Amino acid sequence: MRADTVTITTNAVGSAAAQYRRHSHPLWRRMLLRTETAIVLAIILLIIFAITTVPYFAQPYTYLTMILNSAPILLMLLPVTLIIITGDIDLSVGSVVGFSSAIFGLSFHAGVPLPLAAGVAVVGGGLVGLLNGVLVTVVGLPSLAVTIGTLALFRGIAVGLLGTTAITGFPSEVTQFIGAPLFVGAPVPMVTVAIIVVAIGFAVLLHLTPFGRGVFAIGLSSETAAFSGVRVNRTRLILFVLSGLVASATGVYYTLQYSNAIGTNGLGFELQVVTAIVLGGVSIWGGRGSILGALAGGVLIATLNKTLQLAGIGSDTISIVTGATLIFSVVVAGIAGFISRRRRSKASVIAAGVEKHRAIPNPKSVPSNH
Amino acid sequence: MNFTFSKSAHRRAASIAVAIAAASVLLAGCAAPTGGSTGTDAAGAGSLTVIPKSLGNKYFEASDKGAKAAADELGLDFSEVGPTSTGSADQVPFIQTAIQTGQKAIAIAANDPAAVCNDLKAAQDAGVKVVAFDTDTDCRDIFINQATVDGIAQGLVDLTSKHLGTAGGTIAILSGGANAANLNAWVDAMTALIEKEHPEITIAQVAYGEDVDQKAYQAAQGLMQSIPDLKAIIAPDTVSVKEAAHYLSDTPQFQGKVWVTGLGLPSEMATYVTSGIIEQFGLWNPEDLGYLATYAADALTQGTITGKEGDKFTAGKLGDFAVGTGGEVVLGPMFVFDKSNVGDFSF
Repeated sequence: MRADTVTITTNAVGSAAAQYRRHSHPLWRRMLLRTETAIVLAIILLIIFAITTVPYFAQPYTYLTMILNSAPILLMLLPVTLIIITGDIDLSVGSVVGFSSAIFGLSFHAGVPLPLAAGVAVVGGGLVGLLNGVLVTVVGLPSLAVTIGTLALFRGIAVGLLGTTAITGFPSEVTQFIGAPLFVGAPVPMVTVAIIVVAIGFAVLLHLTPFGRGVFAIGLSSETAAFSGVRVNRTRLILFVLSGLVASATGVYYTLQYSNAIGTNGLGFELQVVTAIVLGGVSIWGGRGSILGALAGGVLIATLNKTLQLAGIGSDTISIVTGATLIFSVVVAGIAGFISRRRRSKASVIAAGVEKHRAIPNPKSVPSNH
Repeated sequence: MNFTFSKSAHRRAASIAVAIAAASVLLAGCAAPTGGSTGTDAAGAGSLTVIPKSLGNKYFEASDKGAKAAADELGLDFSEVGPTSTGSADQVPFIQTAIQTGQKAIAIAANDPAAVCNDLKAAQDAGVKVVAFDTDTDCRDIFINQATVDGIAQGLVDLTSKHLGTAGGTIAILSGGANAANLNAWVDAMTALIEKEHPEITIAQVAYGEDVDQKAYQAAQGLMQSIPDLKAIIAPDTVSVKEAAHYLSDTPQFQGKVWVTGLGLPSEMATYVTSGIIEQFGLWNPEDLGYLATYAADALTQGTITGKEGDKFTAGKLGDFAVGTGGEVVLGPMFVFDKSNVGDFSF
């Protein structure tokens, strides 16, 4: 799609060589060289720093509320990570939260039992995800345009369905259970289990299945992927449906957590989700990234927020710090990539000898070498 | 071909190490100033965290100023924190922080009374006194009401009906956020009052400016253009009334045709009032609101009052107040601003 055949051939060989080179080192050493490791280390450093310098940080309540506050983002980023790795994007997830919250609230208000109302909302989320997927794959529109459109559309429907009313009065035993610690004194809330289970599911899907290999292949070059037997459009469609399902389940969770169904629930979540994913080392151009990295990106932002809040820093400054961290991580990743690219292209001049005309590889095809 | 067996792996390791080091420097750099500023003990004899709906809103800047003045008089450790956006759960982290830092009291203007309830309850369980101001929530010890719903509705409808006279006419309401409980209560009360006492006035539409300048401006534009015989707009929200006046001053064709009133800030409305675009608007004094909330918080912390009906306390320069039904304390009736007094107020 974006690389000529010659480069792809070069790349395939280079990639195999890189693969061989990487795997010639032991596992621990390979783990050490990953972006995810850098982010996880940054989280650990930040927590140590906060424990030692920020008063009141070293309490179970800190971690409990940190995870509670970021749980919606941590859940929603899982399927969106896969979508971004294919080179697409889903910006409608925040609006799907509002949409599902509205449907869930209205069903509950109409006397539908709570579990059934949740089911209806999740199925509704799957359907709006399907709409995204069909517009992207069958109609062939760019996912950025489609999901910016559905971002407005789903939000409009959500606010339209509920009007000015907020539906409250969800059973307090349920809403309290949602926010409760896993066990008495535990530093993590109930929802942690859900996050871990869903994260393992998506990690297995992405990293250990042929479907997941297809996801990476599509992100590197959807044409090559198609020629290699990956069912490109089916894969992309499934991912948009999964994203709709997870976002709407998050909507149900969010509604119960705050005991409140209103059309504006989840406003602006899509940008927090994309921020966490990009911070976690997932390439916005597709083809590269991991579930662990994206999750770590989300946890790093949550930790940063909690630290600054407890330190009495205002929310305007917190926004600046989050933005600066993101830019910084992208710039560092870019510089690291540039250095290794330059090394590689120099080496390839020497190695290729007569093939000097290919000395400067197409930069866009390089990510496969990482 | 890209064969690079040489030292590239080491180079890569080095560049990642640099990245980690740089990241930790950045993080340390960002958080470094906090060490000093948090050194003070927040859990002193009396401490109050004020959480407005959002930062950067002049109305809450004024109420925070009043709260700070009262806190200084009482010798309370005062902090003002809040979100930059008005989402349902955006205030929750600030409540959590107040609980954790051992604050004695929280004064909050909730964006979404239901969404903050669980965390306010947790605060009360932890012994923190909770004062709601501007917008009520279920989970508080006391509510400082800037004015009763009926008082505001009566005040705004009276101004409008006096202007329209016996002929009456078509009017519209331009509110703020569609989920703001206090705004919705006023809109409902005005609607009921007009239906009951002013059959000569018809409300054509209720529009929402969503607390955003540009959206309120466009909403005012939409109302004036789409309702041909529109005589007046009542905007019970400071952003909406300012932007309605702004649009009116930009559009001579509607001047003298559409009359705008509402609840506004004198500092923002002064130019429109002195130029004659706006004749009258109402409000209470948000500085007094914050001031009263702080005195109520202190009285709760001291145990002078518990929030039950009939409790009495003194709020500095504002005098004596009594807790009414449902744990409400009312600041006073609506105050009307016009050309003669608009310059006297700084908020």
